[in-house]
Order: sequence, then C-alpha cells, then structure tokens
Amino acid sequence: MEITEETIKHVAGLSRLEIDEKEIGKVTEQMSSIINMADQLSEVDTEGVEETVQVVDRDTVFREDKPEHWETREELMKNVPEQANGFIKVPVIINKDEDE
Amino acid sequence: MNFKSTIGFEVHFELKTKSKIFSPSPVSYGAKPNTETNVIDWGMPGVLPYVNKDVYRLGIMVALATHSHILPTTHFDRKNYYYPDSPKAYQITQFFQPLARDGYVEIEVHGKKKRIGIHEMHIEEDAGKNTHGTNGFSYVDLNRQGVPLLEVVSEPEISDPDEGYAYLEKLRKIVQFTGASDVKMEEGSMRVDTNISIRPAGQKELGTKVEMKNLNSFEHVRKSLAYEEKRQAQVLLSGGRVQISTRRFDEATGKTVLERVKEGDADYRYFPEPDIAPDHISDEWIEEIKSSLPRSAEERYNQYVNEFGLKEYDANVLLQTKESSDFFDKTVAAGADPQLAANWMNTQVNGYLNDNRVELADIKLTPENLAAMIKLIKDGTISSKIAKKVFAETIANGTDPKKYVEDQGMVQLSDTSVLEPMVKEVVDNNPQSVEDFKNGKDRAIGFLVGQIMKQTRGKANPKVINQLLNDELQKR
Repeated sequence: MEITEETIKHVAGLSRLEIDEKEIGKVTEQMSSIINMADQLSEVDTEGVEETVQVVDRDTVFREDKPEHWETREELMKNVPEQANGFIKVPVIINKDEDE
Repeated sequence: MNFKSTIGFEVHFELKTKSKIFSPSPVSYGAKPNTETNVIDWGMPGVLPYVNKDVYRLGIMVALATHSHILPTTHFDRKNYYYPDSPKAYQITQFFQPLARDGYVEIEVHGKKKRIGIHEMHIEEDAGKNTHGTNGFSYVDLNRQGVPLLEVVSEPEISDPDEGYAYLEKLRKIVQFTGASDVKMEEGSMRVDTNISIRPAGQKELGTKVEMKNLNSFEHVRKSLAYEEKRQAQVLLSGGRVQISTRRFDEATGKTVLERVKEGDADYRYFPEPDIAPDHISDEWIEEIKSSLPRSAEERYNQYVNEFGLKEYDANVLLQTKESSDFFDKTVAAGADPQLAANWMNTQVNGYLNDNRVELADIKLTPENLAAMIKLIKDGTISSKIAKKVFAETIANGTDPKKYVEDQGMVQLSDTSVLEPMVKEVVDNNPQSVEDFKNGKDRAIGFLVGQIMKQTRGKANPKVINQLLNDELQKR
C-alpha cells in the first residue's frame, strides 16, 4: 500500500495533529513502513474464515439498567483545560463535519 | 418538465433507560452540568464499557413493532471524530452489524396505503451538549453523552412531503406505544434529519441529495421538503446542477439556507469496538420481548371505535399519548362505561391537566377512582352536576369517590315518596307557572325544577323530578 504525503496530511487533519512541513517526509516514510509491515497479514489466506471483531473470548456481556451516581465531577474536571460554571469551556466550533 | 422526488429520513430516538448505554451514569434531565458523567463516558485509559441490557430490549421492541428483521449477531463499532461533545473522540455505534434491518411502516396518504421500508436501525450513544456563547467560546455539558439512542434509517421510498409527514407521524406513534422513548421533538427525545433529491420523470438514476438536519417539528419537515422540491427544480430547469450539501430550514422565511457543501463522505474510519464483546440475540429473548410488547395505537384505535363505539375523534384524543390511552384502558378495566370514561378523560381530565400544566403521572386521580365515580353516575347514585364536585375532590386529593359521596351526603335523591310532596308543594306555591305551562310555555317547568333543586341543594334526580312535575301539572 502506498502512503503518500497527501495521506499523511489528510489523516493528521482528521486527528487534529499538526505536523511540521519539514517532518512530513520522515513521517510518511515511517508510516509507510509500519503500514507495509502490517500489510503482510493480507498474505494469509483467509478464504472461508469468519471475520474477527473481538480477540477476547467474551460474548454478550450485558449490564442491568441500574444508575449509579459516582460524584466524580471534581476529579474529571481536573482534566479540562478551562471551565466555567461547571461547564467545559472550549473555543467555538460550529460545524463538526466542516473539516472532514 | 415533471420531476419526481425521492425522500429519506434518519430519525434518532432517545431510549428511556435509567442509566447510560455503556456506563452506569444516570440518565437525567436538568441535572447540574457534568455531574452525571464518569470515567467510562470519558473513555479514560483502562475503563471498560458494558452494554446496558435495556437498551437492546427497547431497541428490539421498536424493531418488532416495525416488522424488522433482528440480526442474531451484532457488534459495536467506533466512529472516529474530534469534537468537544465527546471526550473519547469517537462515538460507539453499530455500523457493520446493526440491531435490525428490512422493516416497514405502513402509512395512508391521499386515501392510499403505502409501505415505507426501514433500511436499518441501530443503537448508539448520544454526544454531549454544546452551548455556543457569543464571546468566542462554547460551553460543554457531558451529562447527555452516552445517553442511548436508536437511529432509524428509512429507505428512500418517500415521494412527496405529505408522505414524509405521514411517515414521521406513524413512526413516532409506533415508537411511542412501545414505550421505548418519550418521542418529544421539543425535548430532543426525537430528532429528525431528512434528505431529498429530485429527478426528471422517467429517469431511473437518482438525483443529487440535499440533507437537512435537526428539524424541530413535523411541519417544518414538510415545509422544508416542499421548498427544496421547488428550489431544486428551478436549479435544474435553469440548466444548473444541485450541489451535495447540507441546508438549514429558516423558520422566519420558510426557506432553506445553504449551510455547507459536502464533497465526498466524511471520513470516520469505522472499526470494530475492541472493548465490547459481540452480542448474540437469542430467539427466546426476542419471543419474551414480543410477548411483553404493549398494544399498538392501531389495535387500540380499532377496539375503541369498533368495540366501544367511540367517535373517531374521541379515540384519537385518547391515543395522543400512551399514558392517556393506558389510563383509559385501566379505567374501563376497572368497570367504567367506555363512552363515559372517554368523555371524562377528554374533557374534565384533560382540562385539569392543561389548567394546572401537569401530566397524568403527576396527579392523584387513579383509573380505579375515575371508574368508581363513573359507576356512581351510571347507576344514578349521583347526578352529573354532583359528579363535577366529586371529580374536583378526587383529582385534587385522591379521595375515594364512593366514600366522599357518602360522607358528604351527596347521594342523589330519587325516592319518589320524598320528592312527590315537594313537587306538590312547589306547584301549589307557584300558580303563575301552572298558568304558563298550560299556555304552552315549556320554560315554566325549568323554573319549577330549579325550585326543587334549590330545596334539595342539587341532590334531587332531575329525571325523576321532571317526570313527577309533568304528571302533577297535567293533573291541574
């Protein structure tokens, strides 16, 4: 699979990552070798094998519908860059899909 | 040139659970911001989401009520996007193997019945709520993040705005009567996105689709679709081409306004959610849910009109909410006459709810008490006039009507041996009325009834007095 600089820029944009123009070449090369290593998996013949969506041997694990108040706001909000009146304060972004 | 429209819907319903879909955080409205959210909702390292069984149960109810095929194996997937309404930076949804596929809803428009296919429905988590300030900042409350949603995706088989309106109404009613969701658009428990394309009549290939999101009433859906039909036709007729875009309905002008142009699908990089085990839905469980499914609005309507003999209008008023229909059913089950029960529900009970801005669940009236009161009217123990007083007491304080009527001495006076002497006396004392009656003035009898009502403080049975008065006056 060919990884181009365009691919890297696109994926970086989706992930809100800023990559220095000077670094792009290096990142592209590294990403390319990672993807191509993973690509070796496609050489395995999977004809007739069911798709794997889970590697842990669990199935249909349900929880009963019982609410629990953990009262952890204070702790959670320590992870927030800025807050106001209990809300998380962030720069305005109107359309969530606009960059995608 | 004639154009044909192709309309589709994506409708989100908030499912009525007590806790969130993947964590035990409470689902509550009006709680202080960010109090009902925890580390699982935030996707902190090392946490493990667990699926709320009731989310599946409610979703399966809707799947059954829409004749959908429930998939025996499903799993969840991650939809990746970066936005402040989700601290996880992904939404857990069902992309590859949804809860159900291939259902339908039957609508009736312009006197014709039509089946609208349901492509699929899946369960997923809601995002948090952003409030945009005017100072360049947004304020995020994550209490809603993780609230369970059921997304119902229609087939693009709707061919005009009226059919679209009918589809939404029918779907809302179906979901409402399963009890799976509150289906209130104004509170966001039902949210509608629609898409429409037009193509010249005779052309097979579909036109370019325009999307409209978060329309806040069915009427706005109808108006915005009607506007789009015209707008897109004008674009095509003038030689232009419709852009793949999202538009917004402007309430003030009744027009749709371009929000943004979309080139290609958004890149969400879906992949199977590694933290949640695949789910197998057994036939036994589906059968169990099927047997617990409440009666549909359609079934109830048929019973009300065909079996109980209610007017279509009265039946429809009762069926406006599942709560009111349930209350009526219980009142009838407690022995009330269905017609009287419907009258009292639709006038007095609804009047009380509107006046006091409360809901059925908030008041002290029980179906048993309403039925008891209706029985007292039906067997002549109380007059309908007295019944209004009894009703006022019962609905305000939850008082047992039978006991109240006895305690207050409100039992209707129907005993002729008591009423007869009163009638004689009143006629004796009012010779003018006797004269009037003989001259054919029917109003005279009303005056005399009034006199007796006054004497008995409204307790006399009007039917009996009328009869006695008539007999007495004929004798004079």
